[in-house]
Amino acid sequence: MGIDLPLLWAVIILFGVMMYVVMDGFDLGIGLMFPFFHATADRDVMMNTVAPVWDGNETWLVLGGAGLLAAFPLAYSVVLNAFYLPLTLMLVGLIFRGVAFEFRFKASPDRRWLWDRAFIGGSLVATFFQGVTLGGFIEGVAVRNGRYAGGALDWLSAFSVFTGLGLIAAYALLGSTWLVMKTDGSLQLRMRALARKLAWLLLLFIGAISVFTPLAHERIAERWFTWPNLLWFSPVPLLVLVSMRQLLSSLRDDDSHVAPFLLTLALVFLGYSGLGISLWPNIVPPDISIREAAGPPQSLGFTLVGALLIIPMILMYTAWGYWVFRGKVRAGDGYH
Amino acid sequence: MDALLLARIQFGFTISFHIVFPALTIGLASYLAVLESLWLRTRRQVYLDLYHFWIRPFAVAFGMGVVSGIVMAYQFGTNWSEFSRFAGGVTGPLLAYEVLTAFFLEAGFLGVMLFGMQRVGPALHWLSTVAVALGTLISATWILASNSWMHTPQGYAIVDGRVVPVDWLAVIWNPSFPYRLTHMVIAAFIATALVVGGGAAWHLLRGRDNEPVRVMLSMALWMLLAAAPLQALVGDAHGLNTLEHQPAKLAAIEGHWQNHPGEGVPLILFGWPDMQAETTRWKLEIPRAGSLLLTRSWDGQIPALKDFAPADRPNSAVVFWTFRAMVGLGFLMIALALAGLALRRGARLYRTRWFLRFMLLMGPSGLVALLAGWLTTEIGRQPWIVHGLMRTADAVSPIGAAPVAFSLAMFVVVYFFVFGAGSVYLLRLVARGPAVAESREPVSGGPGQPRTPARPLSAAPQALSAAAGEG
Repeated sequence: MGIDLPLLWAVIILFGVMMYVVMDGFDLGIGLMFPFFHATADRDVMMNTVAPVWDGNETWLVLGGAGLLAAFPLAYSVVLNAFYLPLTLMLVGLIFRGVAFEFRFKASPDRRWLWDRAFIGGSLVATFFQGVTLGGFIEGVAVRNGRYAGGALDWLSAFSVFTGLGLIAAYALLGSTWLVMKTDGSLQLRMRALARKLAWLLLLFIGAISVFTPLAHERIAERWFTWPNLLWFSPVPLLVLVSMRQLLSSLRDDDSHVAPFLLTLALVFLGYSGLGISLWPNIVPPDISIREAAGPPQSLGFTLVGALLIIPMILMYTAWGYWVFRGKVRAGDGYH
Repeated sequence: MDALLLARIQFGFTISFHIVFPALTIGLASYLAVLESLWLRTRRQVYLDLYHFWIRPFAVAFGMGVVSGIVMAYQFGTNWSEFSRFAGGVTGPLLAYEVLTAFFLEAGFLGVMLFGMQRVGPALHWLSTVAVALGTLISATWILASNSWMHTPQGYAIVDGRVVPVDWLAVIWNPSFPYRLTHMVIAAFIATALVVGGGAAWHLLRGRDNEPVRVMLSMALWMLLAAAPLQALVGDAHGLNTLEHQPAKLAAIEGHWQNHPGEGVPLILFGWPDMQAETTRWKLEIPRAGSLLLTRSWDGQIPALKDFAPADRPNSAVVFWTFRAMVGLGFLMIALALAGLALRRGARLYRTRWFLRFMLLMGPSGLVALLAGWLTTEIGRQPWIVHGLMRTADAVSPIGAAPVAFSLAMFVVVYFFVFGAGSVYLLRLVARGPAVAESREPVSGGPGQPRTPARPLSAAPQALSAAAGEG
């Protein structure tokens, strides 16, 4: 009995996806905040708060895709078939967002609006379709003989549209609290007011999803409400409520700069854990577990060597980047 | 149109856009390593100027390659899920290693290379440049190992209808891998040399004659003189390897339909292979030259297309011509390199206008030849996606044509917009310089700073619209 390769890889991929959600979440959130701030100076500051870090954040998306193919080829092929359209739209959104980011700084002032729109549209489309994919994923994927057996639009439902909107609220809250941390003055004040509204909105979404999923899916109800699971998992919803309370009060406290963002991160992490609890050990709900989807051990072992060598390096490098970049960003700090 | 054809068009379209950028990245990284080595050895300012000039187009190409690569990483699942199910155990890990290598580079040496010249010592900076150059080659190695395995698979077993890697060394060092890797790397060097030389010719034709421009042209032509003839030899060896492992592809490339007992194989220079009539029409051929080239004998024979069932034949009409486009451009490159050599006496190189126009015209030819070569080898592998193991028709996702058509239309629009803007920017950067003392204004940045290696495009600070007017 050696190491449990599928389990290890599931942990690596779960970790990668979480890193992606947390990190790309707040910089997509900046794009979602753009429509509320029209002044070029404000927009410049907002963009400058993520310029040094945003692209590294997408690293995790590519790593997640390649890792999924390498370790769970069956899940990779089923998931990408089932969510063909929303994931394609997400990629297109991310491309627009990324290129707009670079070219906005290089464009002449009279063309900047074009790249601003590409930035907003790209962020919105990418976020919404990530959320839609998440909703469709929770609802389950029709699989027969290890292949996707549904239609091209199976992912589209009232629930998935609802989770799509929910993720917009979540990323917008991440973006606005990130900006509370990274800006000051009137921009920060307006950001605090917006973040409070977004927090209430997000609470509404979390509550609705938490009530709806166990009602609609027996397997999820069973996971949460049977003994002793109830005992183990009850801290999750309790912690959500506590974090939300703290978040709202920290947003009212003008001396609190970092706490709102950290508390939002905690909320995202709790939500992610809640989903993990609902779906584990399935990599494609409702039927395919990580073991069934895993590739040959020779493939998992071979790739693991590289992943364990290089992922810690990427983490250290990322941490260093954030450390160098700590502190407030102000108007005029612009460099382009 | 059915999902299969649409998926093939989509793959061909997205990968053709993508490959241009990595090819330039590979070539420019090595060019930069050579420039920095020459600077450290000779301390001639011109090499440092050229280094600072070319690092910006390099950064843009790197950034564009990363963005267009994201789509590739997901396309194996969206459009080719049966292939991923079947062969993901081999191709997945190789792709994952490529991704890890690229991120390793970004996290490590690329930052020092792009922004660190003022901060680290010359030796460490040089080492970073060399590491990035090596890293691009290692990335190419992973991808070409995966691609070559699809042409000449080995080192695997098939368990429960899926490929299981048995011997990774055999998987990676499959029979066509060394030839394909060498051929591709040299192609990247040639394509880059032609872009650099074409840029220099453009400046000289407009009367902007300075030392950096001259050194650019001279170095590009030395590179071409060495690499273009070498590529012909490597290409020949690659062809013989194809004859051994994928004879149907070679027969299709040659438009060779039938052997006649005791007769040598002619070399068809031009003609039109007709897949229905099973013959090559209007052909202009040299008797026995095919035998001489491919079997090194007067009357040796090679397998002909009619030796293969119609369902196992690649489309000869396409690969016949893409191959000739590649080879034809290759001969023009050798001619260009030789003309350049002849014009070196008395520095006529820099003022002979017909030659400069020829050089400028040939600027994109390396990339065109590279695409033609890839079309030849990939279409020549058909009807297989993994040669002898899985047909392309069985590899496509079991979804309808509508989503594939929709995503294809979207990618076409987005790619022309996004990579169009990127390519225009790249060309404007080249059109801007180089100037003497280019290196006086180095770009600084690093992790956590406004310009970072994770955003390679930020290393090129010139404005999108005004780049052409400066300098």
